[in-house]
Amino acid sequence: MALVTYREAVRQALREELVNDERVILLGEDIAEFGGTFKVTLGLLEEFGPRRIRNTPISETAILGAAVGAAATGLRPIAEIMYSDFFAVAMDQVVNQAAKMRYMFGGKISLPLTIRSTMGGRRSAAAQHSQCLEAWFMHIPGIKIAMPSNPYDAKGLLKTAVRDPNLTVIFENKMLYNVKGEVPDEPYFVPWGQAKVVRVGKDVTIVALSDMVDFSLKAAEQLAAEGISVEVIDPRTLVPLDIETIVRSVQKTGRLVVAHEACVTGGVGAEIAAQVAYRAFDYLAAPIERVGAKDSPIPFSPILERAILPDERDVIMAVHRVLDYAA
Amino acid sequence: MRNFLNGHISVDIALQLYETMQRIRQFELTVVDLFARGKIPGFLHTYVGEEAVAAGVCTALRPDDYIISTHRGHGHLIAKGGRFDLMMAELFGRRTGYCKGKGGSMHIAEPELGMLGANAIVGAGIAIINGAALTAQYLGLDRVAVAFFGDGASNTGAFHEALNLASVWNLPSIFVCENNSYAESTPQRQHQKVKDIAVRAAAYDIPSVIVDGNDVGAVYLAAQEAVGRARSGGGPTLIEAKTYRWRGHYEGDPQMYRSKTEIETWEQKCPIARWRNALISSGIPAAQLDAIDQRIHEELEHAVTFAELSPFPDPAEARTDIFTPAPEVV
Repeated sequence: MALVTYREAVRQALREELVNDERVILLGEDIAEFGGTFKVTLGLLEEFGPRRIRNTPISETAILGAAVGAAATGLRPIAEIMYSDFFAVAMDQVVNQAAKMRYMFGGKISLPLTIRSTMGGRRSAAAQHSQCLEAWFMHIPGIKIAMPSNPYDAKGLLKTAVRDPNLTVIFENKMLYNVKGEVPDEPYFVPWGQAKVVRVGKDVTIVALSDMVDFSLKAAEQLAAEGISVEVIDPRTLVPLDIETIVRSVQKTGRLVVAHEACVTGGVGAEIAAQVAYRAFDYLAAPIERVGAKDSPIPFSPILERAILPDERDVIMAVHRVLDYAA
Repeated sequence: MRNFLNGHISVDIALQLYETMQRIRQFELTVVDLFARGKIPGFLHTYVGEEAVAAGVCTALRPDDYIISTHRGHGHLIAKGGRFDLMMAELFGRRTGYCKGKGGSMHIAEPELGMLGANAIVGAGIAIINGAALTAQYLGLDRVAVAFFGDGASNTGAFHEALNLASVWNLPSIFVCENNSYAESTPQRQHQKVKDIAVRAAAYDIPSVIVDGNDVGAVYLAAQEAVGRARSGGGPTLIEAKTYRWRGHYEGDPQMYRSKTEIETWEQKCPIARWRNALISSGIPAAQLDAIDQRIHEELEHAVTFAELSPFPDPAEARTDIFTPAPEVV
C-alpha cells in the first residue's frame, strides 16, 4: 500500500494500461507536453511517445469522432474531455454514435472506448467549467458511467473501464485530484456495478456521489455526536447501478437521503429515489430527501458559489428532515 | 469517357464500374417500388443518379479499406460488396438483415466489409472516419478510410474539425463530398456562398480535386490518385464529385423546391447510360451488358423473396446488443 493522490492514482491506471496493451492510446487537448490541464497525464509522453499520447486540436467532435472510429476498428482509445461542460459541443458523438453503434449494427461491433472528463465546481470556475452532467449520460442507454470518490476507486474503476469492450465515461472530480488515499502497490481492478458501503449505520441511509461522499462522511461524524447513526453508500458507478445494495440498506434504515453536486432537478438522485421508492416503498418511514445544487448556473464569486453548491450542512439538514418526519 | 478509351482503365475495371452502378440503380428502383407498396417501414433516401460516385470510389479501394456512409447509404454498401439479400432483409426489418433489423436503411452496416455504417446524423461520419484511418496508421496497415457525405454536411462543424485533424495527423482519410446540389430541400446557393466545396480543403492544407460525379471513369481515377496518396503516407484528400439527386430527399418528398426541367436536364446526364454507351462504342457487345443487367435483376428478385420469407426479430431481442458482455477482471 502507498498513500497516493487521486491524480497519481489515475495516472498509474493510465500507465499500467498503456504498458499492458499496445492498442491503448490517449487523445485529448494539452495532454502531451503540458500533461493535461490537471496534470494527470504528466510524464506519459516521455514514456510512451507522441504516437500513443496524442495532443489534439481544440475540437471535441474531432476527438470523440476519431476515438469512436478507432475503437470500432480495433484500438482501445482513452479520450479526454478537459471539462465535462465541453461535452456539450460534441454530444452527437457520445449520444448518437458511440452509445448506439453496437446496437444499430445488430451487435456486429464492440466499442472499447473510455472517455475521461472532469466534473464539479468549488473553484470559482463559473458557469461553463463547473457542471456535473452525469444525468445527461445516464439517460442514454448504451453508456457506462463511473464517478470515483477516492484514489483507490479512481484507479481501479479506470483500469476496469479500459478492459471493458464498451463505451465508458468516467467523471473525475477536480477537487479530489490532490486528495490522498491508500492504493495497493500491485495492479488491481474495481468491478463496475458494485456499490461500496463506506460507513455502516442504522438510522438513515445516505447515497452519495463523488465528493459528496466525503461531505456525507463529515456529516455522519457530526450526526454521530447527536446520537444519529448514518450509513453512507457510494454507488461508484451509475451504469450499471447497484440498486440492490441501496435497497438493502433502506430496508434496514427506513430513511434515504441522496446527495450529489449536480442540480437537484432532473438529477440522478431522482432516478435513485424513484427506484428505491418502487422497490422499498413499504420500508420507508419518511419521504426520500435529495441534496444537490440549487437550480442555477454556477456563479463565479466564491460566496455565491457556496450559496448554490451543497456541502455537509445540507446533508445534515436533510438527515434531520427525514428523521423528524411525522406521518 | 476518354479515360476508358485512353487506356487508363482496364476492360475488367470498366465492366466492374458498370455492374456496380447498375447494381445500385436496380436495387434503389426496386426498394422505391417496395416502399410505395408499404413493404418497407420508416424513411427511404435513395441514391438514384449518384451511382458513379460510390462505384468509382469503392472500385479504387481494397476489401480491407474502410468507408463510412450517410443516410443515403445503400449505394456505398453495395459498392463495397454488400449483398442484396441481407440488405433487403434489413430494409424489411427482418431478423436475417445485416443488422438483425435494428438499424434499417439509415444505419445499415457491415464492418466485415469495412463499411462502418450509414449514418443518420449529417456530418457525423466525417469525424468518425479519422478513427478508422488512425487505426490503419497506428497499426502500420496500409489501409485507407473514406467518408462519403453531401454538400449539406460540408457546413457542419464535424467537417471542418475532421479535415483539420486529418491534416495535422496526416491520416489516410479520404473525404468524398457528393455534391448533389441540395441539402435536403435547400439548394447549394442558399446554404453556402462557395460554388466549389473543394476550395475548403485549402484551409486545412489538404489537396483537393473536383470531378464530374456523373463520369464514373473520372471518379475512379480521382479516387485512385487519392487512395495512392493516402496509402503511401501522403495524407488526406478532399474529392468533390458534382452530381445530382434524381429523386426527392426522401421517398414521398413533394419536391416543391425544384423544377421538373431541372431534374430532366440531369437525367440526360445519366452516369449509367453514359458509361454503357462508352463501353459499347469501345467494342463491348451490348448483349454482354444486358446479361449483367439480367443477372442483377434475378439476384434482386431472389433478395426480395428472401426478405419477404425471413422472420421478424423476436421482440425479446429488442434489448440485446446494447452492450458487449464484459470480461471478468480480477
